[in-house]
Amino acid sequence: MRAWLLGDNIDTDVLAPGRYMKLGIEEIAAHCLEAVLPSFSKEVKTGDFVIAGRNFGCGSSREQAPAALKHLGIAALVAESFAGLFYRNALNLGLPALVCRDAKRIRNGDPLRIDYEKGEIVSGRQTLPFEPIPAHLMEMVRDGGLLPHLEKRLKCRTTS
Amino acid sequence: MKQTLAQKLVARAAGRSAVTPGEIVTCKVDLAMMHDSGGPRRVKPMLEKLGAKVWDPAKVVVITDHYLPAYDDESRRIIHIARHWAADAGVQNFYDGQGICHVVLPERGHLHPGMFAVGGDSHSPTGGAFAAYMFGIGATEMLGVLVTGEIWLKVPHTIVMDFDGALERGVSAKDVMLFLIGRFGLDGGQYQAVEYRGPAIRKLPMQERMTLCNMTAELGGQTGLIASDETTAQFLKSKVETWESDTEATVLAHHRFDAGDLTPQVAAPHSPANSKAVAEFGDVKPTLAYIGACTGAKLADLRMASSILKGRKASMRLLVAPASLRDQKAAEDEGTLQILLDAGAELLPNACGICAGYGEHLLPENLVAISTTARNFKGRMGAASSQVYLASPYTVAATAVAGRVCDPREFLQ
Repeated sequence: MRAWLLGDNIDTDVLAPGRYMKLGIEEIAAHCLEAVLPSFSKEVKTGDFVIAGRNFGCGSSREQAPAALKHLGIAALVAESFAGLFYRNALNLGLPALVCRDAKRIRNGDPLRIDYEKGEIVSGRQTLPFEPIPAHLMEMVRDGGLLPHLEKRLKCRTTS
Repeated sequence: MKQTLAQKLVARAAGRSAVTPGEIVTCKVDLAMMHDSGGPRRVKPMLEKLGAKVWDPAKVVVITDHYLPAYDDESRRIIHIARHWAADAGVQNFYDGQGICHVVLPERGHLHPGMFAVGGDSHSPTGGAFAAYMFGIGATEMLGVLVTGEIWLKVPHTIVMDFDGALERGVSAKDVMLFLIGRFGLDGGQYQAVEYRGPAIRKLPMQERMTLCNMTAELGGQTGLIASDETTAQFLKSKVETWESDTEATVLAHHRFDAGDLTPQVAAPHSPANSKAVAEFGDVKPTLAYIGACTGAKLADLRMASSILKGRKASMRLLVAPASLRDQKAAEDEGTLQILLDAGAELLPNACGICAGYGEHLLPENLVAISTTARNFKGRMGAASSQVYLASPYTVAATAVAGRVCDPREFLQ
């Protein structure tokens, strides 16, 4: 599963352009990143990874930005840093967002594997550590995001 | 323990006497604001899936601003959902067609110093101008708030932007923010609390303070904050509690500036971080001037534009979309709006419109525009080939007259 390498300050307007926001996630995802990487939505495959530099996801609160990436099958996002609002949104959708200082050592097209147990990104011969996702959020990500997490909590409350 | 304003606000919401930056706390939400785009149309199906109800409808505010005026089946459907959901959920604080959420919310008295609030929009830090902790969240996180009335937060550090002196005439809060974003970058705020203070900030009217906190989003802060004072009380037409940082509270950084040194700023395409002094852009000749958005079309912004445009004509297309209906009426009553219209301005609805890339009037291919809005990311306001320069209402108005990017102080002498 390959890496798609992006630069710094990738914003939510290029991830989920405003003019498609009235439509469903399928249509928004078809235009994801088209302003900077026109072939992305056509060529990306389920299980691929998006790798970026600083401040990935800056801009809007629109959750369709991480949702489009998730819809296209992206398995995880790796960046030097994330915009805080985007980071919360990605994890709320169950899409892992991993902070890795050495993200830019990964090359475009590199095959990639993530070892969540060890907290490492394995890319060819390179092994790059990522900062752990805080425990209370990792539990939510494991549940598949905030909606299924809440569903589980509400069910527990009803049965107990 | 000495606490910053941010720590005090978070501590109150977390039911604690004090909190430490970096610790994760759960806060009770005093107010949750949503608009039509990220609000009801997204949370309604999720609430139904959970079979859950809103924790406290009196603490929810719904404002339509993104898909107004509705112009096709999809936008009509989205607005329809907002109207019906607000009624069904028992949300009485529903403002339909009254203007942009960040301006309507304080204008209708929903924000007070000391509050802890969330908004389903990235410019929600605007509320921090009222010494309220307010920040933006996405739709699923809003669902969590609507169901539980709570949200988790990593207690922020505080970055202080301290401005001595006073802004020169023709220099505004927008210039302050473009300057700071140019200097510190889009992630300069590090998702912490950015607190604006100093004599120059104290002198600013409420809507200018709102512009500072509003563009904290572009600076990358979680929220922007300003201590409450007499100006806050006058705007809210009520006595307010004083909420401010303790003088000896530890902060992450304390940056000091002399406001008198600041010149009008312009940000080149495609980032608000591409900001430089206006003098460097004299060769740029836009063909459209846009005065709009929560960032740049409040009453204070319209007044700035009119101070330049009085007795003058725009030499290019000039669009004005006042940020709220109430501000538009006030501008009409005092004559400000007439000055803009006499200069050739075309009036657009009180909504997000072009700024958010919504609606029918998007920028066509290769158009060069100068705009009072907050973001000029590639393709945001229309075609990816369009070029948007960001500036203050003064500078946008001066440029509209001169036909090239122009220092507004030339017109104010």
